[in-house]
Amino acid sequence: MKVLELKNLVKIYNDSAVKVTAVDGISLSFEQGEFAAIVGPSGSGKTTLLNLIGGLDSITEGEIIINGTNISNLSSSKLIDYRLHNIGFVFQAYNLIPVLTAKENIEFIMELQGKKRTERNQRAMELLKAVGLEDRAYSRPSKMSGGQQQRVAVARALASKPKFILADEPTANLDSKSTETLLNIMERLNIEENITFIFSTHDQRVVNKARRVITVEDGHVVSDEKRV
Amino acid sequence: MIWSVSWRNIWRNRTRSLVIITAIALGVFAGVYTIAFMFGWVNQRIDSVIHTEISHIQVHQSQYLETYEVHDYISDVESMQEKILKEPDVKAVSSRIIATCMITSAETGAGVQLVGIDPENEKQITNIYTKVIDGAYFEGVKSNPIVIGEKLAQKLKVKVRSKIVVTITEMDGTITGGAFRVAGIYKTANTAYDEMKAFVKADDLRNLLKIDENAGHEIAILLKDNNMEDQVLTKLKSLYPEFQILKWTEILPDMKMMTESMNFMMYIFVVIILLALGFGIVNTMLMVILERVKELGMLMAVGMNKVRVFSMIVLETVFLSITGGFLGILIALVLVALTAHTGLDLTFWAEGLNSLGFDAVIYPEIGLKDVIVVAILVVLTGIISAIYPARKAIHLNPAEALRIDM
Repeated sequence: MKVLELKNLVKIYNDSAVKVTAVDGISLSFEQGEFAAIVGPSGSGKTTLLNLIGGLDSITEGEIIINGTNISNLSSSKLIDYRLHNIGFVFQAYNLIPVLTAKENIEFIMELQGKKRTERNQRAMELLKAVGLEDRAYSRPSKMSGGQQQRVAVARALASKPKFILADEPTANLDSKSTETLLNIMERLNIEENITFIFSTHDQRVVNKARRVITVEDGHVVSDEKRV
Repeated sequence: MIWSVSWRNIWRNRTRSLVIITAIALGVFAGVYTIAFMFGWVNQRIDSVIHTEISHIQVHQSQYLETYEVHDYISDVESMQEKILKEPDVKAVSSRIIATCMITSAETGAGVQLVGIDPENEKQITNIYTKVIDGAYFEGVKSNPIVIGEKLAQKLKVKVRSKIVVTITEMDGTITGGAFRVAGIYKTANTAYDEMKAFVKADDLRNLLKIDENAGHEIAILLKDNNMEDQVLTKLKSLYPEFQILKWTEILPDMKMMTESMNFMMYIFVVIILLALGFGIVNTMLMVILERVKELGMLMAVGMNKVRVFSMIVLETVFLSITGGFLGILIALVLVALTAHTGLDLTFWAEGLNSLGFDAVIYPEIGLKDVIVVAILVVLTGIISAIYPARKAIHLNPAEALRIDM
């Protein structure tokens, strides 16, 4: 089942003196349950592409269709609502809310969705267990390692039961052991729960785990390799 | 959870939050305590006007307050006094004979207003008898006792039991004189009053003026409740349309202006303080937004809508304001409670204050209504101060915000 389709996507930055085409006519589609990595050198356009898919940035041309809904024409407020219910985000710098505990960080998304307290509590604990951090439920981010924070971020991304998860350089700030743990968790969730993961990454360890590798250069897709 | 997040957010940078909370607390404290001080000050003056000088309502012949002529008197004060006393909201009534005269001692003389009263009945209306600092209130002198103010006593260079002579114009225009002996010397907070008013027994003054036994120039009325003035006034005006019946604010319009403008000025004062604090809060919140651009970008990225982001920033600001405001009000109320008993001694300015009719010891007081108004103004300051920073927050582009390296 197709969860995401990009049709001739173009993003041009006009705000500086020089016009920069960050994404130049990219067309891609992603099936449910994919574990895909978008790779490329710095400035190739992979983060921009991820931002466009996530509705964080406006597109110049083209269409983004998620589960049959064209999000290219949605207003910014509808887009925020759409992201809340359909897309999970994992960021390079974890970006947890520092004043909330691990469990509260996960619950926060569900509260934005209007879920009831008992449901929030139950799912937050399930997700913490899934990322192996049930014993850190009441720890604040400042008391956790980078790897642990990123695992909480993954749990948070899953909290809203999204159609897919976008992870922008999720392992860039992690050591080898934390990276391996995180990748194993995401791979297990991908296989067991059939959750779609799309990464933008430089990290060869992520690329090695990915079952689809899309290489982007100068805003173009130069290769799209699917592995068995 | 937004409430909880907002509350916890203000403690992320404890020092900065404590600085702005302290500033708000000090500002609000200054505002509330100044209100209490000024209200105490004005209310003491009003109390003095009502219970020492004028009472709530006065009745005169229609032209008396313009001419102060002795023949402009009310002919049957006794029956009128009895009828007024039957009004349910009236606490006490006293009639007075008034004459402007020259008063002389062995040393010198002065012009005064001589007020003839029934000393016992007058005690129910005015508290002059409690202000006697030397001698006694119409006691200790067998005939023609007079009670004068300290300032007048100093001017005339007289003491208790000193003899003074009053020169007065009789009803028929004849100038006559009478000897009085000082029974008591009183001192109020108003030196001008002390210098101008001397009290004698009504019968003594009647004899001197050769005025009818039942005549009086003034009927002073004290009410059970200050708030009943207008109601009683309307009733009396309808009962006695031929007389001039005025409440104390009409007799002393400057006092009315002072009490009304005081309320207004106090709120202007508080608003200016809060306005200054508001700019401080805006500055603090702009720094907060600047420091949390990436986090705000993340929140919007994961689905926190603009209304919620706006609310979160407003709540943080309101929490800061309420915390500071609550502390400020609390400190002010504690200090008001303490000084309401001990008073604030301004005797080093006593001469100046007394010449204006004000007491030199101020007892601050504040009503619940004023505290509530200040509390509401503090919350409003928080909300208004939050608008600009919150608008900045909601106009962030999530993608750009997430790219910023903090």
